[in-house]
Amino acid sequence: MAADTRVDVLRRLPLLARLLKSRAFQPALMLLTLFVFTLAILTGWFGTPAGSRNFGIVFVWIVWWALLIVILVPFFGRLWCMICPIPAPGEWLQRRGIIRRAPGKLRSLHRRWDRRLKNMWLQNFGFLTIATFSAIILTRPNISAWVLFGFIVLAIVLSLIFDNRVFCRYVCPVGGFIGLYAMMAPIELRARDCAACKAHRTKDCVTGSAAGYGCPWMVYPGNLQRNTYCGLCMECLKTCPKDNITIRVRPVGADLLVMKEHRLDEAYKAFIMLACALLYSVVLLGPWGWLKDAANMESLPAWAAYAAAFWGINLLVLPGMFGGVTIIARFAAKQTAPLRQLFIDYAYALVPLGLAAWIAFSLGFVFANGSYALSVISDPFGWGWNLFGTAELSWTPILPGAVNLLQMGVLTGGLLFGINVIHRVAAHHSPGRALHATLPFAGLLTTLTLVFLWLYLG
Amino acid sequence: MRMVLYASLLVIALVALWLLLPTQSQAATTHHVTIDAAQYEFSPGRIEVAQGDEVIITLTASDVVHGLYLDGYDIEQQVLPGVSQQIRFFADQPGKFRYRCSVSCGALHPFMIGELVVSSNAPFRQAVAAVLLAVAGSIFYLSRFRSSQNEQGSETTRA
Ligand code: SF4
Ligand SMILES: [Cu+2]
Repeated sequence: MAADTRVDVLRRLPLLARLLKSRAFQPALMLLTLFVFTLAILTGWFGTPAGSRNFGIVFVWIVWWALLIVILVPFFGRLWCMICPIPAPGEWLQRRGIIRRAPGKLRSLHRRWDRRLKNMWLQNFGFLTIATFSAIILTRPNISAWVLFGFIVLAIVLSLIFDNRVFCRYVCPVGGFIGLYAMMAPIELRARDCAACKAHRTKDCVTGSAAGYGCPWMVYPGNLQRNTYCGLCMECLKTCPKDNITIRVRPVGADLLVMKEHRLDEAYKAFIMLACALLYSVVLLGPWGWLKDAANMESLPAWAAYAAAFWGINLLVLPGMFGGVTIIARFAAKQTAPLRQLFIDYAYALVPLGLAAWIAFSLGFVFANGSYALSVISDPFGWGWNLFGTAELSWTPILPGAVNLLQMGVLTGGLLFGINVIHRVAAHHSPGRALHATLPFAGLLTTLTLVFLWLYLG
Repeated sequence: MRMVLYASLLVIALVALWLLLPTQSQAATTHHVTIDAAQYEFSPGRIEVAQGDEVIITLTASDVVHGLYLDGYDIEQQVLPGVSQQIRFFADQPGKFRYRCSVSCGALHPFMIGELVVSSNAPFRQAVAAVLLAVAGSIFYLSRFRSSQNEQGSETTRA
């Protein structure tokens, strides 16, 4: 995975470079998504309470979700964060401008974000909290709209108190897993020549210049090695006076092996995402009505038990199993690194499998329910409109026969990629005995994959 | 040690191949099943039949209007509470097919799902076989071709 196998896209496509450097590009896309987002909130509040007839539910949880997890994240990493409407109002307020580069400093209370929160833990717990209520949020237009509205309000409030995109970087529950899975993407934004950055005194990409703002994501592009926290906002592309920033095509999943950046909060993000994909597949797509009733809060005690099991599986059971296998692998391969370090390093092998599991899960309901999108676009509020003449189209599952095949292919790919990551991490810790550490993990990953296959096909 | 590994991989590969063998079919029978639809569950939630069997479903609804759409067979039937409906078909394709509620019946309607499994469920067996073969193959590859060249762990970086 040497740098020379990477293709400098912006050098090959100068027109794209010019587009991305234009100050109007990002705001234009954000205004578009902000319009759709506002519509989703309004339809949620004022439209029909029937989820499958409501634009808010169908466009957020079917169309946007499918686009995000099946296409944007796997192929383009954090591209969604470039056009996301949620931080837009706050960012524009902070900057006192939408397109032009407003001179001077950002306007906020300039408080410092607590050091203990400079990690993914808030995002981990935020995601788990939302996931615990998902059967409600995904199906009630009104509640769903309040959640979306809450996101945007929180983003505005934080941008008034703290500089930059503190919300995106440390709070947004969606941003957390996008960052994790963006490590898989075949594209990256990087400095062309890190030495040039080091030698560059003023570091305009950090401080900002007349051409653009300092990195809103609080990242220093000069030594950027992973996609995780780069929101692809393209400010550094505009501010760098040496034209040293570019976008490259690179080997899939290259970031997973940047060992020095491995951290426990990110490892837990990997556990939580994989466990949630499994639990969602069981609860939402499975045939067990009593589970759906519990998730749907039909009775409070049942829901409490469900929530406790949900958190337990996420935070204890899966990490516990993984820890057990780490102990075996460490012993088998005679590895000397501390157990905690190994536990964290190996957890990154769950990233490809987790992403594959989310894609497989999403295919399972997106194809089945995608046809609702055509009818709600003509009648977003469910008030009997027929804007484009498609309101009366009936529900038809798309390609029910192909879904299983796709799910199986994606899961197999994720599994093999995960085993490969395990082997590379193992080779780093015990060069001569990499295989000894790989085998126990291969067993665990294969078992998990077979469980998914059984849920979908068995 | 190597030999033990290769022997185990061989066993895994054989299990996979065994999964791919055609299973012998029994004489076709007729299944009479009553499926009740209620928010948000079909009971039973899972029906198992053999390929070639005839399936006669009596569909009832016990609370509101529901429907049953069977993936892969393109069968759809709506049902009102108190008025049962009959669905009749031959389970000629193997695999797992979901039956879904086809009438918006409430919040969790999109997740009101049951499963028809037509054994010997060749797609599932093939999928498991494919996964096992792929894993065995990649372990074999790692042990033969990767171990030596990656001994130094040269591709990973840690400051
Ligand atoms: S981190 Fe969240 S709010 Fe920020 S851009 Fe990404 S998805 Fe949007
Ligand atoms: Cu129903």
